[in-house]
Amino acid sequence: MSGPLLNRRFFATALAGAGASALAACDRLASSHHVMKTIYSAEGLTRRIQRLILSPGQLAPEFQPHEISPMFRANGSVGVDDPDYQDQLAKGFPDWRLEVGGLVKRPLKLSLADLRARPGRTQITRHDCVEGWSCIGQWTGAKLGPILMEAGLLPTAKYVVFYCADTIDPEAGAKYYESIGLADAFHPQTILAYAMNGQPLTEPHGAPVRLRVERQLGYKQAKYIMRIEAVNDLKPINGGKGGYWEDSTGYEWYAGI
Amino acid sequence: MSDIAVTPPLNPGAPVKPDPAKPALRTVVLYRTKLWVRVWHWINALSLFFLLVSGLQIFNAHPALYWGQAANFTHPILAMQGVPVGGSWRGVTTVFGHSFTTTGLFGASDYHGSIMRRGFPSWLTIPSDRDLANGRRWHFFFAWAFAINGAAYFLYILIGRHLKKDLWPTAEDIRSIPRSIIDHILFRHPHGEAAARFNVLQKLAYLVVLLGLLPLMILTGLTMSPGMNAAFPILPWIFGGRQSARTIHFICAWSLVGFFAIHIFQVFAAGVFNEMRSIITGRFAIKVPADAPPFDGEGVAR
Repeated sequence: MSGPLLNRRFFATALAGAGASALAACDRLASSHHVMKTIYSAEGLTRRIQRLILSPGQLAPEFQPHEISPMFRANGSVGVDDPDYQDQLAKGFPDWRLEVGGLVKRPLKLSLADLRARPGRTQITRHDCVEGWSCIGQWTGAKLGPILMEAGLLPTAKYVVFYCADTIDPEAGAKYYESIGLADAFHPQTILAYAMNGQPLTEPHGAPVRLRVERQLGYKQAKYIMRIEAVNDLKPINGGKGGYWEDSTGYEWYAGI
Repeated sequence: MSDIAVTPPLNPGAPVKPDPAKPALRTVVLYRTKLWVRVWHWINALSLFFLLVSGLQIFNAHPALYWGQAANFTHPILAMQGVPVGGSWRGVTTVFGHSFTTTGLFGASDYHGSIMRRGFPSWLTIPSDRDLANGRRWHFFFAWAFAINGAAYFLYILIGRHLKKDLWPTAEDIRSIPRSIIDHILFRHPHGEAAARFNVLQKLAYLVVLLGLLPLMILTGLTMSPGMNAAFPILPWIFGGRQSARTIHFICAWSLVGFFAIHIFQVFAAGVFNEMRSIITGRFAIKVPADAPPFDGEGVAR
């Protein structure tokens, strides 16, 4: 056994030991309720500061057609395991109706043709996944703001909730849902997208309609939307945190960072 | 010269004996590091530690790096993957298309007794298990601590004299760069009064960190935020895209780890007790000729 090898082994052992004890200490910290409450408090600060900096009409960057990603990763749910959905998918969603309800004067039921007839927008934007990757795609859809106006949003409404057809974890059974505040709901780039790169949405990307809320992360871009509800409070809905991932793993509701 | 009466040393445990061969020295304890620099240093050190381990947790959610706005999944700059082999995993790290087996460290490593797929090993992440949501919570909490602490520091060095007096190289410093390089190679440490000041390479290293790496960490970090991209479209333009910014963020983080390694090595090389005392209490001991006139700053800390 040569000296350097022994030395290296010694340092490796020392390093692993130091790493293991630091890790144990960190995990103890991370399991403390008080520590995590303090750590979680930063989300409110981030949300408030971003809202302060970000004016309501400021647009997410848009791109040129040649910048569209050749392969746009489909993440989260990539399909809906439901015979009725599959039947509609095969036929082009003739009987699908998007329900717009909750705190509105005139609840709506909109077909795909109705959505296509509403004020729309086409935008080439970057989809930023919370995991760290990004893909660029072109989205065409109906603007959410005018639809909410058409339904007559009541002044008590503070959030818009999107109920989806997909179930990420079949064992847990909870269906996907997401929610956004009114500032994002009325943002000019916030659309109910029915087409991607000039084609009707495919199943992996959320057919028939998915949300695009471009100043936030990927998990806010709810797919397979079935129902939209205007609400005053998110707490009574499911886990109360305003979204599937927010309830299940603790992703931030405000996904601007 | 050496037979001149020696002033009583400050440290009574180590009296300076007159030695005809060497000039007599006395120990002077200076108040070198001001309180606000010490507070900044330790909040910064703590923040950077948690930012690193939570940052590696976040990286592990997608352990690959790209250049540009979007991810080119088939041609990553760096990727750490787990490849299935006989019921277990082999860690494979790919850098610019060259693959290396890195089982145990990158791509696949031990977690509670079995090899699991993960970018960096669990002992380098907080929390130790795969938990992107909490990794992000830790990261953004300490990002705020780091940014507020850093902003206060910058305000202070710009208003105060720390930048000009202690950190900015003088003309003489610039001329002494070649000599300083040789001194560093030969492990020749400055003595006396010069030991209390930062040498030119030290100043340059601190400036690269303070004016380069630390601001870059904040700017590339903000460039990954979709909200900040809308607020400041110049950010992704500066760094050539969100994925480039993520890659630069990663490189700067490991450059800071490199700085930390040299920093700690130098602390030990220059005298760990004296250096640690200086960054904890502010007091720093130097040896000066016994007949030297009272030193500027001498006795402040007594």
